[in-house]
Amino acid sequence: MLIRHEFIEKNAFLLLVMTLVTIAIGGIVEVVPLFTIETTVEHVKGVRPYSPLEQRGRDIYVREGCYLCHSQQIRALRDEVERYGHFSLAAESMYDHPFQWGSKRIGPDLARVGGKYSNDWQYAHLRNAQGVVPESLMPHYAFLADTPIDPDDIEARLRTLRVVGVPYTDEQIANAVADLRTQANPGADNAELLKRYPKAVTVPGDGRQVTEMDALVAYLQVLGTMVDFADPANEHLQQ
Amino acid sequence: MAEAAIVYPAGAVDYNEAVVKKFVIASIFWAVVAFLVGVYIATELAWPQFNLGLSFLNFGRLRPVHTSAGIFAFGGSALLGTSFYVVQRTCRTRLFGGEALANFVFWGYQFFIVMAALSYVMGYSKSQEYAEPAWHIDIWLTIVWVVYAVIFIGTLMKRQEPHIYVANWFYLAFILTIAVLHIGNNIVLPISVFSAQGYSVAAGVQNAMIQWWYGHNAVGFFLTAGFLGMMYYFIPKAANRPVYSYRLSVVHFWSLIFLYIWAGPHHLHWTALPDWTQTLGMAFSVMLWMPSWGGMINGLMTLSGAWDKLRTDPGLRFSVTAVGFYGMSTFEGPVMSIRDVNALAHYTDWVIGHVHSGTLGWVAFISFGALYYLVPVLWKRNGLYSTRLASWHYWIATLGIVFYITSMWVAGIMQGLMWRAYDQFGFLQYSFAESVVAVHPYYVIRLIGGLMFLTGALIMVYNMIQTVRSSTTELSVAPPFAVAVAGE
Repeated sequence: MLIRHEFIEKNAFLLLVMTLVTIAIGGIVEVVPLFTIETTVEHVKGVRPYSPLEQRGRDIYVREGCYLCHSQQIRALRDEVERYGHFSLAAESMYDHPFQWGSKRIGPDLARVGGKYSNDWQYAHLRNAQGVVPESLMPHYAFLADTPIDPDDIEARLRTLRVVGVPYTDEQIANAVADLRTQANPGADNAELLKRYPKAVTVPGDGRQVTEMDALVAYLQVLGTMVDFADPANEHLQQ
Repeated sequence: MAEAAIVYPAGAVDYNEAVVKKFVIASIFWAVVAFLVGVYIATELAWPQFNLGLSFLNFGRLRPVHTSAGIFAFGGSALLGTSFYVVQRTCRTRLFGGEALANFVFWGYQFFIVMAALSYVMGYSKSQEYAEPAWHIDIWLTIVWVVYAVIFIGTLMKRQEPHIYVANWFYLAFILTIAVLHIGNNIVLPISVFSAQGYSVAAGVQNAMIQWWYGHNAVGFFLTAGFLGMMYYFIPKAANRPVYSYRLSVVHFWSLIFLYIWAGPHHLHWTALPDWTQTLGMAFSVMLWMPSWGGMINGLMTLSGAWDKLRTDPGLRFSVTAVGFYGMSTFEGPVMSIRDVNALAHYTDWVIGHVHSGTLGWVAFISFGALYYLVPVLWKRNGLYSTRLASWHYWIATLGIVFYITSMWVAGIMQGLMWRAYDQFGFLQYSFAESVVAVHPYYVIRLIGGLMFLTGALIMVYNMIQTVRSSTTELSVAPPFAVAVAGE
């Protein structure tokens, strides 16, 4: 063996090719089947693309690096299910570009935080976390409330997401700006919004301009709420 | 440059040492930056008031500055610099591509680091761990990396030695694999060419698998294979002994690079990733223990007959301790990758402690060893300005690591146990907030450990500056000990 190895280590090109082949195998075996095996992502009712305001909020969640302290992945372990709710399904993050499962819990898991607290609590907590949870280590995000969202690029965002696989319809893209404003305006008629995005939570914006905090709260309030585990259609997922 | 004026020993090659010097300076500079930011964010975790309500100082924005400065700026500059040094010496030829190409890699890489750091604090992270830069910065890094690969491979091609030395196998695997991982994990579709906003092409579970294929092999190939290249050159050189076993280095190399790439799924145990992938990841992570310890044995046994040098050469002491920490964290890693251990360890500070026993104990220490060796050689001095100061650095930093990892063990295992604790009625015993309060003292101890590590690095900076500038280290002056740097 070692005599043959001498041949490799005298030939830079051969060493290069053999190294590439050696490191390619593991990645191919582990990654490719996840795209081809049909059961990798469960078929469940309820998972939908994010509404324009939720997606915009998600982009802020990503930008601020929230995942560094908050996971979004409830593991299939008894204590986690009791603390946070039903374990996370692959389907629940199938429209997450990028995924935000996280790897560290300096704060609690957020996979099912939607609806757990009121809108008012979420706003107050983002402004000054220690004001509501004295033990919290969370930085203050009051600046999000002072930063208005430019709705002009929301169409481009949804279109780009459609290219990478999120099934936004033409109707959803055409109404993106209107839906974004409606979801942050409790005075507006949200029937159309709810038809396009069931369970979307309207947040109490001031009705004139939408802020980054409005978007982030809309995102947090939908997390983990899309799949109805009581629905008989999802019975096979029962614990 | 008036190269003709420089006199080299007979038979010596006119190596490009200018670019190596630049990388050495950059590496030392970024080490201090990385440790400083690390200390700051550790302070934020102990006392969140230190976020100061300023968006750009928030933990979420500074944490990638710390990790990128540590891994890519400090570690990366050390790797690129030493690889250029080692490949020239062991191939007995000047760098391929001339001054311009090498300088492009240096300045291009530094530009990447500065751009990445600025983008995080301004709020442009794409929040894939250790791959946070936005798409345009990723493209820039790809260009720089390809040029780097061309220089390295070109130098191997025009070598004057029949064999490619083992250190270069590891550097080559590091360069190639990082290129593959970087491109594979950063395929992003931007919303417009003028916007930093983009969306990863993969989503959810597939995105998670690709991310940890990347993430764990950033550990495997950036923080391990590259630094093993460093080990295979600088330990034999400083000990003045050949590598312990050639056969072991062959087995070590091929088994390490084959097995490492499979280990990613252990970051996703008990998640929505399919069980078969988790099991593969666990099995290969446990197997990885063997080549890791093969490498450790090869490094340590090279000291056979030269252990006395540890008393007089603080650089070598750093390198050897680094290999010890490497052995420890590559044992801890496989243990943590076992699913039932991972159920406790995942999401806790135990992982943070494990990472730092690898990064501080292995990566930083093997780099310090190489830097203490290189500075006197590159600047043509008779030795270090002060071996005493280097010893102080060694002991303060080592103690700092012990503070860091033991406090994180306690904090992490405590978090894991509190989260799963039930009371006598079968309810969860602790709220999450109670676990946050419980770890506070250990966060303070961790901060002290980090401060000690930073202090050690500042001592090194002073020692290095004096080594280059002091009149006592000029070549014409006899060195204080008989540990004169081995010349070529």
